[in-house]
Amino acid sequence: MNPYGKIVRDGLWSNNPGFVQLLGLCPLLATSNNLVNGFTLGMATVLVLLLSNTIVSAIRGVVRHEIRIPIYVMVIASLVTIVELLMNAYFNALYNILGIFLPIITTNCIIIGRAEAYASKNPVRLAAFDGLMMGLGFALALILLGAMREVLAQGTLGDGLHLLLGENFKGVRLTVIPQYQGLLLAALPPGAFIGLGLLIAGKNWIDARMHSRSVPLVQTAPAAG
Amino acid sequence: MSRLSSPFLPVTRKVSTIMREVLLALLPGVIVYTLLFGTGVLSNIAIAVGTCLLVEAAMLRLRSKPLRPFLLDSSALVTGILLALSIPPIAPWWIAVVGAAFAMLLGKHVYGGIGYNPFNPAMVGFVVLLISFPVQMTAWPPLQPLWSAPATDAVSAATALDHVRAQLGLQRTLSEIRGDDSIGLFGASGWEWIALAYLLGGLFLLWRRTIRWQIPVGLLLGMAAVALPFWLYDSDRYASPLFHWFSGATMLGAFFIATDPVSAATTPRGRILFGFGIGALTYVIRSWGGYPDGIAFAVLLFNICAPTLDRYTQPRVYGHGRRETPEP
Repeated sequence: MNPYGKIVRDGLWSNNPGFVQLLGLCPLLATSNNLVNGFTLGMATVLVLLLSNTIVSAIRGVVRHEIRIPIYVMVIASLVTIVELLMNAYFNALYNILGIFLPIITTNCIIIGRAEAYASKNPVRLAAFDGLMMGLGFALALILLGAMREVLAQGTLGDGLHLLLGENFKGVRLTVIPQYQGLLLAALPPGAFIGLGLLIAGKNWIDARMHSRSVPLVQTAPAAG
Repeated sequence: MSRLSSPFLPVTRKVSTIMREVLLALLPGVIVYTLLFGTGVLSNIAIAVGTCLLVEAAMLRLRSKPLRPFLLDSSALVTGILLALSIPPIAPWWIAVVGAAFAMLLGKHVYGGIGYNPFNPAMVGFVVLLISFPVQMTAWPPLQPLWSAPATDAVSAATALDHVRAQLGLQRTLSEIRGDDSIGLFGASGWEWIALAYLLGGLFLLWRRTIRWQIPVGLLLGMAAVALPFWLYDSDRYASPLFHWFSGATMLGAFFIATDPVSAATTPRGRILFGFGIGALTYVIRSWGGYPDGIAFAVLLFNICAPTLDRYTQPRVYGHGRRETPEP
């Protein structure tokens, strides 16, 4: 298989960091209370992961094996600092909302995990592409969970868009369910766990269906028990 | 054909028999509750039970399980009724629907259906409702006995636990509050009679050996053990154990909710600790927590502890040493 095709498949679906590897659960669960927050943290993670994979791959020939982890962490921490300062400057309101979850992208297991498992063993172009796809896979999980929780909790989609796109977008949002009472649970931490569990179940269900379609049915009689 | 030999053990009772006895035992409580608070209780029960049965049937279909044996074992019926008894009689109809659906889906079938749920399904539904819809879930009506003339429609009033909490916050003492409407003779006004009816049903279950004595006794003792010292220390700021026994959901919890055979501890000593912990924790939540009653949270928290309690309270097997720890 084309390596790029495999990277796309792995990152977005079959080895998705959020739904399959279950890495980076702390930011995933904490910042997915609405679509805009989820999207923003997702994009910050994409940026860090793309750059960290690129740099780690580029320096893989000169880093001594014994001290690789501290070096990776320093690279990642510098990148996170850059992203954090950029967001503080240009998206200050969101920067305040996301709070601690921006700096702790540093400790997100996906980033150090991809650096160690992929970037340190592959050429720069592949590593960069892997970082992009893994980041997008994580962002996809954040966006899906954020959208689901926002619809269930407030009945809207895209609340707070002006924090991302400027004051012109103030009040722009999609009202999915008008006059909705609101399921507060979805916005609270247990809602994040339950929502992620349901999304994972949905993904496994789709996988099982695809699998049962691709495998020819040998035996059609229902199994006993 | 092999000949039968001793020991002859009595046939363990079926789930449906146990559940039917629980239903029978709930009857006095439901009757008194309806007499004192109006027919909203009955419509809540109908809606919750209907939803429970529908969701149970749908989930059984989805999981390709046989419908009849599971639907007829009455376990969904009991879950529905327990949930309906915990929500305010004037709550909008969809409250019971949402709660019952959550109870059956996330409380029961996600884990594999009856016998596999680590948490009490009715309490999962109740807690989801309580934290999702705090306004509707804390709007309790004042006493509206069926025999009195109908008062103004659906006005909410503070329950005794709410009232005590709020008034203590305003620096009033319990002896000053004693004459207030929501405080009864020995418990919460009105609620004390419902609690007595539940107690009656609970004693019936004990007599029928449907439940064991350890959990209810443990729960009531646990609550009293924490409440008593505080009450003796300052009876103006801390309500008596008797008041706590006969207000809120204590009796319902002690005999019908904490004794759920699936999610409770199963060893004799484990059951005592399980009940004791729930009672003590309920008192703590009532006195210093964010919610007026704590039975539901306490039961769910101790459901998590039940496997550990069982593990460390295994009865000694005859002929084996005391120090031998059971294999995990």
